[in-house]
Amino acid sequence: MKTTDTPPADTAGEKPPPVTKTASAPPAEEKATGRTLNVFSHGFLILWAIMVVMPLLWAVMTSFKTDKEIFSSPWALPDSLHFDNWSRAWTEANMSDYFLNTIIVVGFSLLGTMLLGSMAAYVLARFEFPGNRFIYFLFIGGMSFPIILALVPLFYVMQNLALLNTLPGLILVYIGYSLPFTVFFMTSFFRTLPTSVAEAAFVDGASHTRTFFQVMLPMAKPGLISITIFNFLGQWNQYMLPTVLNTEPENKVLTQGLVQLAVSQGYKGDWSGLFAGLVMAMLPVLAAYIVFQRQVVQGLTAGALK
Amino acid sequence: MCGVDGSPRGKIGSVGMQHGKYRFIVGFLTAPLAIYGLFVIWPFIQSIYYSFTDWSGLSPEFKMVGFKNYTRLLDDEVFWKSMQHSVMLVVLLPLVTLTMALFFAFMLNVGGRRRKNAAIAGVRGSAFYKVVYFFPQVLSIAIVALLFQFAYNPNSGAINSALKAVGLDSVQPDWLGDPDLALWCVFAVLVWCTVGFFVVLFSAGMASIPKDYYEAALLDGANRITTFFKITLPLLWDTVQSGWAYVGILALGAESFAVVQIMTVGPNGGGPDYSTTVLPLYVYQKAFRDGQAAYATTIGVALLVVTLLFVAVVMKLGRRERLEY
Repeated sequence: MKTTDTPPADTAGEKPPPVTKTASAPPAEEKATGRTLNVFSHGFLILWAIMVVMPLLWAVMTSFKTDKEIFSSPWALPDSLHFDNWSRAWTEANMSDYFLNTIIVVGFSLLGTMLLGSMAAYVLARFEFPGNRFIYFLFIGGMSFPIILALVPLFYVMQNLALLNTLPGLILVYIGYSLPFTVFFMTSFFRTLPTSVAEAAFVDGASHTRTFFQVMLPMAKPGLISITIFNFLGQWNQYMLPTVLNTEPENKVLTQGLVQLAVSQGYKGDWSGLFAGLVMAMLPVLAAYIVFQRQVVQGLTAGALK
Repeated sequence: MCGVDGSPRGKIGSVGMQHGKYRFIVGFLTAPLAIYGLFVIWPFIQSIYYSFTDWSGLSPEFKMVGFKNYTRLLDDEVFWKSMQHSVMLVVLLPLVTLTMALFFAFMLNVGGRRRKNAAIAGVRGSAFYKVVYFFPQVLSIAIVALLFQFAYNPNSGAINSALKAVGLDSVQPDWLGDPDLALWCVFAVLVWCTVGFFVVLFSAGMASIPKDYYEAALLDGANRITTFFKITLPLLWDTVQSGWAYVGILALGAESFAVVQIMTVGPNGGGPDYSTTVLPLYVYQKAFRDGQAAYATTIGVALLVVTLLFVAVVMKLGRRERLEY
C-alpha cells in the first residue's frame, strides 16, 4: 500500500463519505477507508488469483487442441476436444510407465519414511540415553544442507552398491532425504503426547515395541497424517534426486519423464501430446488437493507453524 | 519449536520401563540411522574430502591436490556468475515472496467491508482465494517449469500472444532467449510457485491474533497501515522468520536447480551465455556433464558456505523478543 499520510481516522464523525474512484487514495473517513480498502484488496486478490489460474487453464485448453491450433491461436478455445492427444501421451509417450514407476517409488518410500521416521522420532522424544541430542541434531542438520553437494559422491556410492538407476535404490534415497523433516516433526509431536498411557500399557506387560505400535502410533495419528501428506507431495514431485540418480529410460518417474517428453516431443513437433502429458500429471494432484484441502494445507504448513 | 509450553518433556523414566530399554533404543534407531548415514551423512563428508583431490568421477583413481580446486574457483568466471545469480536469488526471492504474501494475507484478513461490532473484517470469499493461491504448492516444480517454458515461447507462447491480443504487437520480448531478461523470467516463476503457500500460512497466523488488539488500536486512531506494522507484523514475526529461511534455502537449492535446468536454453540449461546459471546447476554440470567430480564438490562446498551464511544472517537479523499472546 502506497499510503503515507493518512490522517487519523475519526470513527465518531459519520459524514457522507466521498467515494473515491482511485483505489490507492486514502479518504479521511473510516467508513470510506473501509470501502476503498475493500475495492483495493479485492482488486489485488483477484488479479493474483487470475495469474495463478490462467497458466493452468491455458495448459488444459492447449492439451485438447491440434498442433496447428496451438501455434496459430494460443488463446482460442479448441475447435473440438482432441482426446486423441491424451491417449497418444498415455500410450506412445510412455506416460503410463512413468505413472507406474512413480506410484511404486512413492508408495514404498512413503511407507519406509513413515515407519523409520516415527521409530527414530519416538526413541529420540521419549528416551534419555547418551548421544540422544547428537543424533537428533544430526537428523535436523540435514534440513538446511544443500542436497546437490552430497549427490556427487552419492552417485558413486550408489554405483558401487549396484543401486544406481534402480527403483529400490531410488526408494532408499527418498527415505534418507525425507528423514530429517519427518524426524524433526514427529519428535516434537511425540513430546506433546501424555506419558501416562504408555506407562500403563507397559505396566500391563506390553513390551516397548508393542507399546509403540499399538498405543503410541494410534495416538500420534493426526501428526502422522500431516507428515504423510507432506512427504507424499515432496516425493511425488521430486525432481533433482531422480534426475541425478535414476537415468535409465524405463525407470523414469513422472517429473523426469515429462522433461524427457518435452525434449522428444519437441523433436517430433507433437506439442499437443506433450501438453496432454503435462495436464495428465497435474490434474490428479490438483483434484486430490481440492478434495482433501484442509488436510493438505494442514500437512504442508504444520512444520512451519510449530 | 518443540515441546508444549510449560509442560514437562514427558520422557519415560519410571523404573519399570527401564527394562530392555537400551535394546529397544538400538533396535529402533539402527535402520533409520543406517539409511540416513549411508545415503546422506556419508556422501556429505566424502564431498568435502573430494574437494581436495583431482578425482574425475570417471575412474576410481585420484590424488590429493590441496587447495588447487579452491584457487581454481577464484578465476572461474562461470562460477562467479553462478554465485552472483544464486546470491541475487537468495536475497530477492524471500524479500519479494514474503512481502507479497504478507500483503495478500493482510488484505484477506482486514480488507473486508466493516461490519457491525467488528473493528476489522476479512474479505468475502477469502476461503476461495486461499484455495486457488495454494495450487502451485501442490504441483511439481518440473511441471511448473515446463508449463512456463511454453508460456514464455516468443512466437506462440501464452504471454506474447496475450500481449498481441491487447494490441502490443511491438512488445514481443524473446524472454528466455534474452540474456537480460532470462534470469527475471526464472525469478518470476519461483515467485509464482512460492507466494501462495505463505499467503495461507500468514493468513492462519493473522487469524489467530485477537481482534481486540485491532479494535484498541483503531480506537486510538491508528490506521490500518499502522496496525499492520505495529500489531500484525510483530506478532507474526516467528512465522515470517522461518518462512524467510525456508524460501532462501529453496532459492539456493533444488527449486532453482529445477527451474533453471528445465526452462533455460543451452545444454543442460543456464543460458543464454551463462546469464541464468546458478550454483547447484553448475555443480551438476561439472560433475555429470564434464566429468570433473572433485571440482564439482568444491563448488558445492562454496554453496554450503553461502547457505550457512544465509541461515546465520536470518537467525541474527530475525532474532527478536518472542511475543506471547
